[in-house]
Amino acid sequence: MNQLIEFIRDNIQITYILILSIFVGIEVIKSIPAVLHTPLMSGANALSGVVIVGAILVMLHSDPNDYLALTLGFLAVVLGILNVVGGFAVTHRMLQMFKKKK
Amino acid sequence: MSVLLSVIYLIATVTFVVGLNKLGHPETAKKGNLIAAAGMGLAIIGTIFIHDLQVPIIIYILIGAAILIGSIIGWLIAVKVEMTKMPELVSLFNGFGGASATLIGVVEFSKNVDSTMQATTIVSGIVIGAITFSGSLIAWGKLNGSLKSVIKIPQYNIVNNLVFISIIALAAYMVAIGGYNPLFLYGLLAGGLVYGILFVLPIGGADMPVVISLLNSLTGIAAAITGILYDNMVMLVGGILVGSAGIILTIAMCKAMNRTLSSVIFGSFTATNDISGAN
Repeated sequence: MNQLIEFIRDNIQITYILILSIFVGIEVIKSIPAVLHTPLMSGANALSGVVIVGAILVMLHSDPNDYLALTLGFLAVVLGILNVVGGFAVTHRMLQMFKKKK
Repeated sequence: MSVLLSVIYLIATVTFVVGLNKLGHPETAKKGNLIAAAGMGLAIIGTIFIHDLQVPIIIYILIGAAILIGSIIGWLIAVKVEMTKMPELVSLFNGFGGASATLIGVVEFSKNVDSTMQATTIVSGIVIGAITFSGSLIAWGKLNGSLKSVIKIPQYNIVNNLVFISIIALAAYMVAIGGYNPLFLYGLLAGGLVYGILFVLPIGGADMPVVISLLNSLTGIAAAITGILYDNMVMLVGGILVGSAGIILTIAMCKAMNRTLSSVIFGSFTATNDISGAN
């Protein structure tokens, strides 16, 4: 509990952003037609690939001689970009199919 | 962090919000996806090239190679797959995102744990990432038929809760004692992976889309936690957006199926009759 209070005190801006983002996420998704559930899930999945930014940061901060960190960082970048590129591409294909149906 | 990078992250964050919003309307959905993708590309390029670090050229080569390999594989899988196999592919990609979050946590845990807060974010990132990774792989396996639709585990309730409590206890202990202990790290990793498997295994195949949406939301939370670790706004806001939107979407999907979220997650071992009927 103390840590939580400490975190809020030290990172008041982040705390604001965190809480407000939750509401933005809720509002943005409100009242969507059921046909769009799967494409939206897929699109959100592509967005969660934003974790790749962290993977790149790991690589940038790695010592070139630290093979373990480099290998894991490399893998993290590959997996992250797979999530991003694959995610957006699949969403795009789903939506194309959706249009044809109409 | 330079002002330019901050502005780039801000633009990327806005594209995420606008993109998600447009994805929710049939006539703008396609555009929304492209907008969000463009923002993501911008954030990735900005992260690689805008910083004050002295980075040896070999690192850039490695990053470039990793991005090239991942992009090509991701693109090929996404373009080649049959239309009917798309939901399971989403699950697979989501698992990759979770794995990425876990790997970041593992590297950071072995490098620098200065404060309790840092340890908390790293440890929770590892656990959530591991759960989404193994859970998504199980969901993927169920949807493509390589795993039986319903798998019964004896004393499922007790086993599952026991694993969950052990993970929390170990994570709390690791944060409390601090420092780098590989044994605990791998224990935690294994715990997260096992829990992800246990979580998804008993849920019926027909409910998989809901589970995937839930796991996707968890990946978002893992990304947000990593964002806190690096004090990185695009990861924080992007992750939280996916997290909260994902939960709302999960509930909406349950409603569309005339079910509640708890009946999907916990119903698997009480409502035996209708599931066995479906098989």
